[in-house]
Amino acid sequence: MLLLLQYTLIFASVLILVALGGCFAEHSGVINLGLEGIMVIGALGGALMMRYAPDGFGAFGIIICVILAAMLFGVAYSSLLGVACINFKANQTIIGTAMNMLGTAAATVIVKAINTATNPNDVSSTIQYVDEKKAFIVNIGSFEFSWFMAVALIGVVVAYIVLYKTKFGLRLMACGEHPQAADSVGINVYKMRWAGVLISGLYGGLGGICYILSGVSEWKFENGVAGFGFLALAVMIFGQWKPSRIAMAALIFGFFRALSNVYFGFPLLVSLEIPGSIYNMLPYIICLIVLAFTSKKSRAPKAEGIPYDKGQR
Amino acid sequence: MENQYAIEMLHITKKFPGIIANDDVTIQLKKGEIHALLGENGAGKSTLMSVLFGLYQAEEGIIKKDGKEVQIKNPNDANALGIGMVHQHFKLVECFTVLDNIIMGVEPNKFGFLQKKEAREKVVALSEKYGLHIDPDAYIEDITVGMQQRTEILKMLYRENEILIFDEPTAVLTPQEIEELMQIMKNLAAEGKSILFISHKLNEIKAVADRCSVLRKGKYVGTVDTKDATIEELSAMMVGHNVNLHVQKEESTPGDVVLDIENMTVASKMHKNNAVKNVSLKVHRGEVVCIAGIDGNGQTEFVYGLTGLEPLVSGKITLCGEDITKASIRQRLLSGMSHIPEDRHKHGLVLDYPLDYNCVLQRYFEPEFTNKFGFLRKDNIRKYAEKLIEQYDVRSGQGSVTIARSMSGGNQQKAIVAREIDKNPELLIAVQPTRGLDVGAIEYIHKQIVAQRDAGKAYFLFPLNLKKLWTFPTVSSLCMKAKSSVNLTPKPQLKTSLVFIWPAQREMR
Repeated sequence: MLLLLQYTLIFASVLILVALGGCFAEHSGVINLGLEGIMVIGALGGALMMRYAPDGFGAFGIIICVILAAMLFGVAYSSLLGVACINFKANQTIIGTAMNMLGTAAATVIVKAINTATNPNDVSSTIQYVDEKKAFIVNIGSFEFSWFMAVALIGVVVAYIVLYKTKFGLRLMACGEHPQAADSVGINVYKMRWAGVLISGLYGGLGGICYILSGVSEWKFENGVAGFGFLALAVMIFGQWKPSRIAMAALIFGFFRALSNVYFGFPLLVSLEIPGSIYNMLPYIICLIVLAFTSKKSRAPKAEGIPYDKGQR
Repeated sequence: MENQYAIEMLHITKKFPGIIANDDVTIQLKKGEIHALLGENGAGKSTLMSVLFGLYQAEEGIIKKDGKEVQIKNPNDANALGIGMVHQHFKLVECFTVLDNIIMGVEPNKFGFLQKKEAREKVVALSEKYGLHIDPDAYIEDITVGMQQRTEILKMLYRENEILIFDEPTAVLTPQEIEELMQIMKNLAAEGKSILFISHKLNEIKAVADRCSVLRKGKYVGTVDTKDATIEELSAMMVGHNVNLHVQKEESTPGDVVLDIENMTVASKMHKNNAVKNVSLKVHRGEVVCIAGIDGNGQTEFVYGLTGLEPLVSGKITLCGEDITKASIRQRLLSGMSHIPEDRHKHGLVLDYPLDYNCVLQRYFEPEFTNKFGFLRKDNIRKYAEKLIEQYDVRSGQGSVTIARSMSGGNQQKAIVAREIDKNPELLIAVQPTRGLDVGAIEYIHKQIVAQRDAGKAYFLFPLNLKKLWTFPTVSSLCMKAKSSVNLTPKPQLKTSLVFIWPAQREMR
């Protein structure tokens, strides 16, 4: 039971962080379908930091460095989306898809190259971080508390305050709803959209490193992040682009994802004799069903997906 | 000597590809006056205001504020000079509150955190001072168009703008809202604000403006004191010749039945009740039938049901002896129905298509426009479009290849009217066909309608407002309160053959 709670919370944390990333981009008017790719690159940044961080940093130092590295990689990678979609007005869906493909591929190539350079016989795309992972875990009884749960909680609170209580948030959301209106009162739409995309990269990268640290102690980058970026988009839609609702939605999806990890711990579920792969599919199936029923009512930012052109009235 | 002008625009010239929008135009706005800018559709009024607001740069000419020359390169410069504008299409974020929209761009804040309390107090105080009656916490999507406009006005007042530009502010308002707006404008002027009021509605200008400058085809015609000028004089200045605001027509001689509606019932999208209940009526050849009523009484659904945009709940429609109750929209159009829709952007045009394609939207499949291999005959399409442009005086930047979106609203409407009348229909359904048009164009369209009627066509006319129903006397008119079925025969003793039936609880405005 405790294990189920633990896994629910950690998977929900991943979804919260990534969905908030999507939320910032979309509120600024840019659809970020590239979250999956951003997660991979963010995870790569964090993993490389764990691999090369010198010993003696201490647990706290490791946490800070890894998180910063993941955020930095995420932000840098998301700038690709910014350049293509804001400056060059490219189709946001296509750029996002391209970023997903590029993300996993690039990470695999980079890690393989590093592995082969250290050991010519090693052609895997795996990074190990057995010791470093311990820094993120605090054992409270038999419950493994991960610092990422705290990070996700802070992430939600910060997102809420930024969006609804600051001048920046008001302007950001105006750009996603009615960029011409924002422009007419002297707000630089391009700048705000850039801000939205970069924040999205920051959250996405954070979500990526959180994901690969959620269970195992090594990561094979060929695997990407198993569609978690898309799951996060579903969470964002289900959460109606609002931070607090996103948190709730993430908990629900996180619960089903956790179930697939620990269902064998429940005699009742085991006695049903449902194949394990069904549980693995569960979050994705739930996602399909939920979206089919809720997307009709959902209210996306009005101008999202439309490149802003100053000349058009 | 103190300078008496708040803003002077001297010898402004602004060119667009293929068109000179403003040709040596000079207007001078006195402090505390309401100055109307009058002109036909496409006369260059909006362009001139866009130059003043910094959206466009003029090629020639200078702008002076309080006698000093200023440069206005973008809306921020205009704001800094105290120039505010209520755009024709509001610049409001629908899912924000009124207050958020007002403070957007000039948010009071401490370290980036919003401080809405003082802003709210200021907005409430301004709202009371000018009688705007606005709730700062209401969401834009929930309030009426009139309220949205007042939000735009508050936006300018909050920024302490001294020069207020209103770009065709009455186009979207109901008659009562227009009256309220007029009062607000007078209040603003009394408080020392200078107002530029763009319009082509002469009675409004007469009612509210102190002075009036007239533009015609981009050229400055003159400035007059409105109290000394008659409506006829103003319209002559605007159009360039005398305009007859009343339609000349012969008595009509209705022929056989063209359209027969039996017990039509159409569901409403807004509520669960049916919007049109059990309405029956006949339209004869050579007859113009008007349907009037306050907005939301079922006229829109009536048209939807008739044209096939909405399926009927029950009833039967016969056009020229053919049952079209279940016919598709194309079948209806082919059997002689024409439709000038209420919402020209939604149902009238494909905005991102060029004008020539828009002209053949309902006919592209005819042999004249498509060859036997299924390819479009572009040359014929263009030729046809150019004929319509010529005949109906549709003005646009690049002629038949102009993208419809870039055309002014009035010219978009002219293009639709041209397309629908030129089809030579048996039945024309015209919903507010003169919306957004200037008097010259209105006169032309009214003439066309009467000519078509005399040629033996049948017409449904849905006038913009009730006044228009009187200025455009029709042969036999029918007014409907769509709550229940009303069928009226024209009463010959009434000069205009008009009979009004109103729901008892509603007073006629």
